[in-house]
Amino acid sequence: MTLRLIINGQAQEIALPDSRLTLLDLLRDHLQLTGAKKGCDRGQCGACTVLVNGRRVTGCLTLAATLEGAEVLTIEGLSSGADLHPMQQAFLDHDALQCGFCTPGQIMSAVALMAEGETGADPDRVREALSGNLCRCGAHPGIVAAVCSVLGEQG
Amino acid sequence: MKPFDYHRPETLQAALELLTDPGATAYGGGTNLLDMMKCGAALPGTLVDVTALPGLQGVSRAADGRLRLGAALRNSDLARDPLILAEAPLLSEAVLSGASGQIRNMATTAGNLLQAPRCPHYALPESPCARRDDRTGCAARDHAGRDHAVLGWDDSCRAVHPSDLCVGLAALGATVEIATLAGRSEQPLAALHPLPSAGRALEPGALITAVLIPAASLGLRARYVKVRERTSFAFALVSAAAGLEIADGRITRAGLALGGVAATPWRRAEAEAALIGAAPGPETFARAAALLLQGASPSGENGFKIALAERVAIRALSEAVTPRAGQAAWPGSVFDAPKEDTPDVA
Ligand SMILES: Cc1cc2nc3c(=O)[nH]c(=O)nc-3n(C[C@H](O)[C@H](O)[C@H](O)COP(=O)(O)OP(=O)(O)OC[C@H]3O[C@@H](n4cnc5c(N)ncnc54)[C@H](O)[C@@H]3O)c2cc1C
Ligand code: SF4
Ligand code: FES
Ligand code: FES
Repeated sequence: MTLRLIINGQAQEIALPDSRLTLLDLLRDHLQLTGAKKGCDRGQCGACTVLVNGRRVTGCLTLAATLEGAEVLTIEGLSSGADLHPMQQAFLDHDALQCGFCTPGQIMSAVALMAEGETGADPDRVREALSGNLCRCGAHPGIVAAVCSVLGEQG
Repeated sequence: MKPFDYHRPETLQAALELLTDPGATAYGGGTNLLDMMKCGAALPGTLVDVTALPGLQGVSRAADGRLRLGAALRNSDLARDPLILAEAPLLSEAVLSGASGQIRNMATTAGNLLQAPRCPHYALPESPCARRDDRTGCAARDHAGRDHAVLGWDDSCRAVHPSDLCVGLAALGATVEIATLAGRSEQPLAALHPLPSAGRALEPGALITAVLIPAASLGLRARYVKVRERTSFAFALVSAAAGLEIADGRITRAGLALGGVAATPWRRAEAEAALIGAAPGPETFARAAALLLQGASPSGENGFKIALAERVAIRALSEAVTPRAGQAAWPGSVFDAPKEDTPDVA
């Protein structure tokens, strides 16, 4: 089975080795895009969060075979050249990480919040909306501050 | 994971034909089924992805005025739909109180209805589990914990139905549209979630195509209240959905359902009947809640659920009295707390 999809702006044609392949494993093991992380592989931690057609999903519970024609955006595709995405910059500015394992998923989830437009910069709502992204290091206060700063700018 | 074939048919007929294969299973968002396949609790030989089927999409108004929720409608699209927010915000509230933003973007209406129990033994092929594979035994019989049922259970199974959406749908009196090669039919939601004593739900090869919400539903004076171990991203310990219609100070119609307590969203005609004709208020609500919980008994270390469920039902009824519509519904947790009660973390 050949899968045609767009990953980080580039059209790809991928010979799917097995229908069991998840999007997360496709990215990490076959395309060397290792930004998205495998924490639980069961939808519970959010470390594998990427955008499919602009919506955040967990890569570990997405079968690659379901993605014919889809547009996938991963953390690797977020910046343009050396210019960081505002959300990436905000995570740096607010020191919103410790080990960094959850960070790509946190940032992709937060980027999706910008489009969802339902939280504003209200920290209660941001916490609720990001509850699918766990941080074992407990960097949540910095994460919420970083996300609120970008959403506040957005108005 | 066991190997499988994957199909994404574009017509209902093609999907139903693929599903005549006994090893074939419908595939919605996969957020539950793929999880169960990974741990070996589900072993389909063929996946029939139903998300491209034209008749299963969106929220629309049926010819008879009812709201029609497509079976493949994603949970987050349901929660944001203008028709739902205007006429049944309870459903938005129930959906948003479940899972995470990512999972809700993937999960479908029908998948939510038919998700597997969260009993830990169900997901562990080494444990005997009659629910999973129709063989004998129930590993939870001697090891039932906090999460198991207090109503309608027996020794064959004491798992609860884990869905939030279904509790809201039950309170609104939803029905389910089903397609087979023989034609279409409609069933009450409760038929999908039989108690352990009542046997199987959907017949093999059948597809859910939509969920229908009665016209003039109880959607506006309605509320979903969920109690869980943490503020967000957790299944319900106990939840309640209540919908009321009130005219001249009397309740004229009522829907009341509990989640987290039984294998089905728990309703009882006597409890709803006790509300009709009465004035809304603490005494009326306490009477209805007591009737709803009648016969409850712990199935493990979960006796606390009985009093909790009664109180959550009373809370849902009390909050339902104030009508709401059109507003984005956010989960009824810390967001409802007065600002000064919420600790300032940032
Ligand atoms: C981490 C996590 C947390 C969660 N928390 C919550 C929560 O708090 N509250 C809650 O309610 N849910 C929760 N869920 C469950 C989630 O809501 C379900 O996994 C989801 O709704 C299933 O939908 P799906 O489309 O992905 O179903 P799938 O996984 O695709 O399918 C589930 C079942 O439905 C069947 N099916 C799907 N579509 C059809 C159809 N059209 N006709 C017939 N059969 C069909 C499949 O064969 C399968 O048996 C959580 C899930 C995860 C992974
Ligand atoms: S309670 Fe039900 S789901 Fe859990 S092990 Fe027993 S039969 Fe299986
Ligand atoms: S690895 Fe996907 S949610 Fe944890
Ligand atoms: S920074 Fe370590 S898990 Fe979040």
